Amino acid sequence: MLKPDMIIDPSKLRETVLTLKNKDQFTLLLDITAVDYLKYPIKSDHRFALIYILRDASFKKTVTIKTFVDNNSLTVDSLSDIFYAANWAERETYDQYGIIFKNHPNLKRVLNHHEFVGHPLRKDYAITHYQPCKETESLMDEMTPLLESKGYNAKEQDELMLINIGPSHPASHGTIRNFMALEGETIKACVTEIGYLHRGFEKSCENHTYSQIIPYTDRLNYCSAILNNIGYCKTIEEMLGLEITPRAQFIRVIIGELSRIIDHIVCNAANMVDLGGLTNFWFIFSARDKAYDLLSKLTGARLTNSYTRIGGLEYDLYDGFAGDLEDVLKAVERGIDDALSLVEHNRIFHDRTQDVGVITKEFALSAGITGVNLRAAGVNYDIRKANPYYFYDSFDFDVVLGSHGDVYDRIMCKFEEMRQSMRIIRQAMKNLPSGEINVIAPDVLLPKKEDVYGNIEGLMNQFKLTFEGIKVPQGEFYSATEAANGELGFFVVSDGSGTPYKVKCRPPCFYALGAYSKIVEGDMLADAVITMASMNFIAGEFDR
Amino acid sequence: MGLGAEAIFGDSVVTTKLDKAVNWARSYSMWPMVFGTACCGIEFMSVAAARYDLSRFGAEVVRFSPRQADLMIVAGTISFKQAPVLKKIYDQMCEPKWVISMGACACSGGFYDNYTTVQGIDTIIPVDEYIAGCPPRPEAVLDAIMRIQEKSQDESIIKDRLKNFKGYLDA
Repeated sequence: MLKPDMIIDPSKLRETVLTLKNKDQFTLLLDITAVDYLKYPIKSDHRFALIYILRDASFKKTVTIKTFVDNNSLTVDSLSDIFYAANWAERETYDQYGIIFKNHPNLKRVLNHHEFVGHPLRKDYAITHYQPCKETESLMDEMTPLLESKGYNAKEQDELMLINIGPSHPASHGTIRNFMALEGETIKACVTEIGYLHRGFEKSCENHTYSQIIPYTDRLNYCSAILNNIGYCKTIEEMLGLEITPRAQFIRVIIGELSRIIDHIVCNAANMVDLGGLTNFWFIFSARDKAYDLLSKLTGARLTNSYTRIGGLEYDLYDGFAGDLEDVLKAVERGIDDALSLVEHNRIFHDRTQDVGVITKEFALSAGITGVNLRAAGVNYDIRKANPYYFYDSFDFDVVLGSHGDVYDRIMCKFEEMRQSMRIIRQAMKNLPSGEINVIAPDVLLPKKEDVYGNIEGLMNQFKLTFEGIKVPQGEFYSATEAANGELGFFVVSDGSGTPYKVKCRPPCFYALGAYSKIVEGDMLADAVITMASMNFIAGEFDR
Repeated sequence: MGLGAEAIFGDSVVTTKLDKAVNWARSYSMWPMVFGTACCGIEFMSVAAARYDLSRFGAEVVRFSPRQADLMIVAGTISFKQAPVLKKIYDQMCEPKWVISMGACACSGGFYDNYTTVQGIDTIIPVDEYIAGCPPRPEAVLDAIMRIQEKSQDESIIKDRLKNFKGYLDA
């Protein structure tokens, strides 16, 4: 079970992927990553292996391809001409592991800074080997060839205005840097640089036990921390072959959908501030604060909840939760209605957002864009429907689709998805099963406190789980959930110990951001700002 | 009964020191420059929104242009890649200026003790107030702003502020 679907020879990589894409319709490249087997208990002839994860056009089948890389050359053919998504994915693998992708158009670091030496995710790189950066790079090494490829000679290039949007800019919503060449107000070329919030999530995972990683997942997409908790815990539970209780599944659905609502609120509110409408922000943020009160009452934290546990949840719902939840939902409904009443029939809003920042279906799939951004382009892909988990198939809800893939569609899809999430929450609350929230599994979940203090078995159990961690069977596994931004996947390699050998997060907005420069080229500068806000880039997620 | 001008003009005037008047005005009109990078930046949005209402403290005019701001709030993790940017923006702010380090990451690197994270922004720029928490609650941010308001009472317009700080980016 915990094995890749195919192990192929690196020389056959392009051929295999092309066959899969053209013949078997595996049209979505989800992720590329590498594994360094230097310290793996089972010795292998090759130090590095590459992992490619693809999904087919029906969105039901996933295939994981593994290929071992030659130790001396560390070179593999690039797939960037087959999938647009491979461009940044390969850059990241080069940055973190030093694998060279032959014929890649722009193989340079993407997360770490340009003065960085070495490759941090290699097993012989110490986690605390700090490398300060003295100066920010100019990015002209990317901009000049890009302009040349668009037919600008040196003199014409001088006449363009080069401008940095970010890394510290209100429109960048975090730490994205876009380096743009403008002709008047029209963007002629755009280079995106990320990594300003790279916090070493994957390296940290390799140095902590499985349970200790849960707080790190909070801080991936911090607008909907619980959805990340769920995605991670679900992956580990599947590796353990553990089925959590129905009540825990329902609570995960309820709290997860509430997080999705909060995430969409933040995105839409910020988007409309960028459009110049601050009133919407006050309207829908007051509902968000109500939701945070509920979450802090339930989980103890407003933003970074760490609510799930491997095998269940931290707490059960408190008395009176249903009433509080209904109040929050009513406030959200009111917030949506109030905000929409300002923009729904507003001519300025329509003119600003319609046919702006258009993402076509074909490009979205090639670039690996998932979630609302893909659905707004009209592609019916929602993991909750395509591969239902946690009883999602038993709830009555609609997948919200757009028709143009523009900013307007993305904003409206988010509003409507909030309504659909509320439908799910209300159905789940109505049918919430009683019973335990945690499975009975002493090797996964901590014992009750009275056992820890009352008998030696409980004490030993607590001690072993805390110090050694949960023992996950050896192997590698990919699993995904529908997070607020799209397909949030975790690819985990276990060596059988209590600490993961490798955790790779497939961040949905990493791929959306990789495509951003292509989307805004040719648009106006002011439109690029709202396009960025509408695509919901969360720095903690794409930089990790 | 007052002395000096107040003895002559009664309640219609108040005599004070120029420093005191300037400090009073300044402390109740802090213009924050939010260097929001991560989760704490999202919590700062809550601080500014209706529930916690930063404008009660006169600090609601959030500027993203450092030259117009006098209070820098570093909200979020600072990576080594970000550090030169933070330094540059801090240098662009005019004196007098204050810095709040919001959250565990900005204060000490938090639980990101790894190759990419700066272990506390006070290795780059001087910090006046630290806020604990991951992320801190909005009340804690308001508390720090009130402490900055207190600190700003000691300023003087004729004396230069002490500048003996040296971070790792100061050559």
